[in-house]
Amino acid sequence: MIALNGITKRFGEHTVFENIDLTLEQGEIIVVIGPSGTGKSTLLRCINYLETPDAGRLTVGNLSLDAKHATRREILALRRRTAFVFQNYALFANKTALDNICEGMIVVDGLSKAEAHARGREILERIGLADKANAYPASLSGGQQQRVGIGRAMAAKAEVILFDEPTSALDPEWVDEVLALMKHLALERQTMIVVSHEMQFAREVADRVVFMDEGRIIEQGPPGELFTNPQDERTQRFLRKVLANNPI
Amino acid sequence: MHVLDLDYMLGLLPILLGYLPLTLEMAGAGMVAALVLACLLAVVRVQRMPGLNALAMLFISFFRGTPLLVQLFLFYYGLPQILTFLVAINGITATILGLTLHFSAYMAESIRAAIVGVDRSQTEAALSIGMTQGQLMRRIVLPQATRVATPTLMNYFIDMIKATSLAFTLGVTELMGATQKEAAGSFLYFEAFLLAAIIYWVVVEILSWLQRRLEKRLNRAYQR
Ligand SMILES: Nc1ncnc2c1ncn2[C@@H]1O[C@H](COP(=O)(O)OP(=O)(O)OP(=O)(O)O)[C@@H](O)[C@H]1O
Ligand SMILES: [Mg+2]
Repeated sequence: MIALNGITKRFGEHTVFENIDLTLEQGEIIVVIGPSGTGKSTLLRCINYLETPDAGRLTVGNLSLDAKHATRREILALRRRTAFVFQNYALFANKTALDNICEGMIVVDGLSKAEAHARGREILERIGLADKANAYPASLSGGQQQRVGIGRAMAAKAEVILFDEPTSALDPEWVDEVLALMKHLALERQTMIVVSHEMQFAREVADRVVFMDEGRIIEQGPPGELFTNPQDERTQRFLRKVLANNPI
Repeated sequence: MHVLDLDYMLGLLPILLGYLPLTLEMAGAGMVAALVLACLLAVVRVQRMPGLNALAMLFISFFRGTPLLVQLFLFYYGLPQILTFLVAINGITATILGLTLHFSAYMAESIRAAIVGVDRSQTEAALSIGMTQGQLMRRIVLPQATRVATPTLMNYFIDMIKATSLAFTLGVTELMGATQKEAAGSFLYFEAFLLAAIIYWVVVEILSWLQRRLEKRLNRAYQR
């Protein structure tokens, strides 16, 4: 189970969000939508401790910590339980596709190189890049790079994978292959929180869609309900705008 | 005007080459020490360590802002007057010390720029999978920064080899000092210094060739 309780984040004087509560069951898939600048990325980054929350509790599996006063150990443990997929892939430029995937297993989990490579090759197989094991990121297409990014997250065997707009930096031609891989993970009931503007994906894959606006969770529910019958006026306005641009 | 005395030069060559090891040793020792010091300074600067950062900036500013020759005289003639236990500092040590401090200031800035130049999102990616700051530095940032900084650092090494010739002003008989002595004996100044120049030149050309090969190798690794 993943739980956020009373998570608050400020940048200086500016409060991004206050007292956010969000709970996920194991195997649940959540898609977070909302206008730009609402705090969606910041919320994901707090869960992975890339940003330090100013208050609240974070619970991931059997790890529960006071978000503001987490120790170094707790932070590293939290990060190993929460994998992150970045909008711009953020692959290690000095490592091959295989080594990008294996890095965490070797350095953080302490697997032997042989074990890590065996698992790494399995993952490459699953993300459809078995033939690219020795390719460096610079020689891969955007779609391939993002699939390696997802592979790196899969390698962590994390309780939850956090996706921050994984397809929005991609040329349109590569979007589908990345979404297809994410759907595949969803079918395996990999717990995930996806920030995305891909409404079609949300409708097909999400168990629950969360609508955020101005640092608040305005409403949430199964995609069928939230998309067809949004309660809050802000949700209605946002959906009208987004669905007009790319209808489901 | 006289014709170039080639026989004299040929005879002088082995004598001068005998002093090349000292020149290379001073540059080598200076380079290793300067690299270590430069890395420390760069990390202090990148991490903006409180207190130390200001000291590092002062250090870098001073050693980049004053001539190497002045620094060498300061260490060799000046320091022993203040720190009396240094009375015995010899010219070679003073040269290595001067080269180290002087070049570490320049190298620290190149290394810092190379570290800062590594895409910040890779740092976040490394942290996101649970790597520590140390692991992230060693395995992701420094390997990439090294690749960026290597050509510049090689250039500093080449500069440093040439700068060892200043040691002769501290009474060290290295390549330059030996040439000076030989020339004063034979009065064939042109031949002697031309030969010294050629020796420096050949050494630098060999290093430049190595540098180009190294750069090719370093770049190749990222583009398969
Ligand atoms: N490092 C930072 N320093 C200061 N302010 C920040 C920082 N990161 C984000 N913010 C601010 O926090 C707010 C939320 O930003 P965030 O990136 O989380 O929004 P978002 O919902 O992900 O938007 P988008 O859809 O554009 O990605 C914005 O007002 C942003 O300017
Ligand atoms: Mg965002």
